[in-house]
Amino acid sequence: MAATQTARMQTTPAMPRLRRFALRHYRVIIAYVILFALLAITISLNDRFFTPPVITSTVNQSMTLIFAGVAQTTVVITGGIDLSVGSIISMSNSLASATFLDTDNTLNIILVVALVLVVATLAGLINGLIVVYGRLQPIIVTLATASIYSGIALYLRPRPGGYVPSVYADLLTKRAGQLLPETLFGENPVGISAFFESLTNTIPMSLILLIIVLLVIWIPFRRSQLGMWVYAIGNNEAASYMSGVNVKLAKISAYTLSGLLAGLAGLFLTAQTQSGGADTGAIFTLQSIAVVVLGGTSLFGGSGGIAGTVAAAVALRLIPTILFFARINPLQQPLWEGAVILLAVSAGASRIFMVRNRLDTMR
Amino acid sequence: MADKPPILEALGVNKRFGNTIALKDATFVCQPGSIHALVGENGAGKSTLIKIVAGVVSADSGMIKIDGNVSTVTSPSQAAQQGILPVFQELSLLPELTIAENIFISNAPQNRLGIINRKRLKQSAEALFADLGLDQIDPTSLVKEIPLAQRQLVEIAKAVSHDPKVLILDEGTSALAVQDVKIVFEFIRRMRDQGRSVIFISHRMSEVEEIADMLTIFRDGEDVGSFPMGSISHEEMVQLMIGRKLEQVFPPKPAPGKPRTPILEVENLSWEPTLHSISLSVGKGEIVGLGGLDGQGQAELLFALFGVLRGVHGTVRIHGQEVNIKTPSAATNKSNRIALIPEDRKTEGLILPMSVGDNSIMAIIDRLINHFGLVNNQKERSTIQQMIEQMQVKVSSPRTPVRSLSGGNQQKVVIGKWLLTDAQIYLLHDPTRGIDVGTKQEIYQLIRNLADKETGILFFSTELSELVGLCDRVLVLYEGRIFRELTGSDINETNIVAAALGLQQTKQPVTPQEI
Repeated sequence: MAATQTARMQTTPAMPRLRRFALRHYRVIIAYVILFALLAITISLNDRFFTPPVITSTVNQSMTLIFAGVAQTTVVITGGIDLSVGSIISMSNSLASATFLDTDNTLNIILVVALVLVVATLAGLINGLIVVYGRLQPIIVTLATASIYSGIALYLRPRPGGYVPSVYADLLTKRAGQLLPETLFGENPVGISAFFESLTNTIPMSLILLIIVLLVIWIPFRRSQLGMWVYAIGNNEAASYMSGVNVKLAKISAYTLSGLLAGLAGLFLTAQTQSGGADTGAIFTLQSIAVVVLGGTSLFGGSGGIAGTVAAAVALRLIPTILFFARINPLQQPLWEGAVILLAVSAGASRIFMVRNRLDTMR
Repeated sequence: MADKPPILEALGVNKRFGNTIALKDATFVCQPGSIHALVGENGAGKSTLIKIVAGVVSADSGMIKIDGNVSTVTSPSQAAQQGILPVFQELSLLPELTIAENIFISNAPQNRLGIINRKRLKQSAEALFADLGLDQIDPTSLVKEIPLAQRQLVEIAKAVSHDPKVLILDEGTSALAVQDVKIVFEFIRRMRDQGRSVIFISHRMSEVEEIADMLTIFRDGEDVGSFPMGSISHEEMVQLMIGRKLEQVFPPKPAPGKPRTPILEVENLSWEPTLHSISLSVGKGEIVGLGGLDGQGQAELLFALFGVLRGVHGTVRIHGQEVNIKTPSAATNKSNRIALIPEDRKTEGLILPMSVGDNSIMAIIDRLINHFGLVNNQKERSTIQQMIEQMQVKVSSPRTPVRSLSGGNQQKVVIGKWLLTDAQIYLLHDPTRGIDVGTKQEIYQLIRNLADKETGILFFSTELSELVGLCDRVLVLYEGRIFRELTGSDINETNIVAAALGLQQTKQPVTPQEI
């Protein structure tokens, strides 16, 4: 068309893919740089870090925070915040420890897990319903429900304790190889069998659990229309509504998913500690927010994701390990955690020094 | 052939917002296959009517018919299903999502498990862009990565993707420069030729005259007449819109006389890679226009002079004295006295939830302070009152939040706020964007009055008629350089457009015979 050809249009030259990726995800990249830096420090302090038991315990220590962080991420992306993550973890932990029977019966374990997940999901759903239909600020809604869920946890488990079947704990916290029959790969395995034996002997069950959860729950959600909508409403709720996005459904689903993931965190914490308590989840509320930000998700919503959150959670949980091997007083742990968070967030903001139009720093 | 029913009818529609009557028994009828312009001043009810038709707000009374059937649309998505697709003044794109995601946000291609098919998503967007002649836009870019003009085109493409029967462009071209408007017009016409209808709302009368088949004029919430385009004159149109005769739109220019004393001089100013050795001067009492295609560095030049940008090289002199302005507060201080009236009144010009009064004294609050370091109430009140009167801001009380004012009145507050600073150099960044003719005329007069007070004015506009009508001199920028300087009778639309496109000046004027 002649007119289109004469009507010249300013074109943006296509950015090289790698550069575009780096620009879009630089905050996540920073989270991984910090994770690898802390890993390097850990390895330099302890030459036996790469042994199956140490890797497994490191992964296990991170797992509750990873789930809590992923739960928080889903809500933060919508532009909201979930202050009840920690309370749902406590409630799940208390509920599990209160309902496990004094037996290794498989059916009992399945029923408890199902019950806990249903209750946690309901708790998230209630948060979402109040935020959407009560038209209240998420911060105040979840502050109130956090109190309620903590109260329920206290009712279920006034004193710490309870019985947790060791079958259940082992299933979530040991290495895969430890749960398989010893004769599976033969007495003295060679070739392929030997490879699989050493592999299963190294992989923590918790890591398998995490991968399953991400494959079955997070990725289908993120890649669905609903997942896209969750990002959309975090960008601009009014514009999303005008574009035909079901804002209410997207918001409710984000809070509900957060509840489910917090429930999984609580179940894992139960396996890890093999007991229950009404305040065991308390620290995870603020820590989950910290790892969301550290992982590059904007508290204003609309951008970011769980890749950074997972890296940030592992990085944060490496700090006690480093302090232990460096023979630093463990009471200094909060100090160092705070320092790492501050450093990471500053690194993310350092791009401001490269911005040449000062208005861009305020947009 | 039997007459087809109108594709869209709004019959006797009434709507009130609190005490304000937005629509009073308004009627609007749009035929299939026509481009129907809807014009009127800010607050005439055009946007409200569109919002009702599109299911965003509901009417208090009256009837909407689509294709002859009474409509029961109550949400934007229902309206979209009926083929009514609005593109609103405020951009509705989501900056952190890709262009393809934005376009198909409510109908992305999915597999049986509900997972979005990314490849098909991208292909659908590419096919749509190819169809619209926009193949230079990469659908995998994030919206925040592309310039404003492209975003507007994406916005329109998004509406078109829903296969509209009626496409509504509410100020859909206000952010676009001439060459992009052409692209939009190109596909508006193609849509009409396919038998669809387009409702076109714009304050740019030249665009309305160029594109529309039908014209409906609104004033104070009522429709005051519908006409086939060309059946009424420009003057009659404007008169119906503002309800009175519009005298001269632009104030008379002073006769070009002796050279003026420069108030602002710029030498070899560069901000790589956008601005390249720009030299210019603005004289006392002079209005110097900045023209050119969108994104040739006009906005950056204003920002550079105002100290917003880092890494600017070159010399700037005020009254012959070399100055080194590194921050906006240095630009506005007592010795430099520069004011920048920004483009986006909603984000850079005003603090929307704060009152008209607070907004207007924001830049001069330090001058209203008494011995105790507190704001002198009496001085504050009289200053605000003076601004409201001078600018003729239509507001019941200075305590009204600025958010509740119409666009034109908001812009008056922005300008008034900077007038109070008593600056000697004004940098204007498209000050009449999205404002109705009546208010525009007032603002033009104001700018001229300012110049007459021996100030220097650098005026960046995306509207050709303003550059021609208001400016004493026009500098046309092309790829970050001053490409041409136009003075006196050389300031006309043809010359500006030619220079904006980077065309060298023809030595010999083209005679009619040669064409």
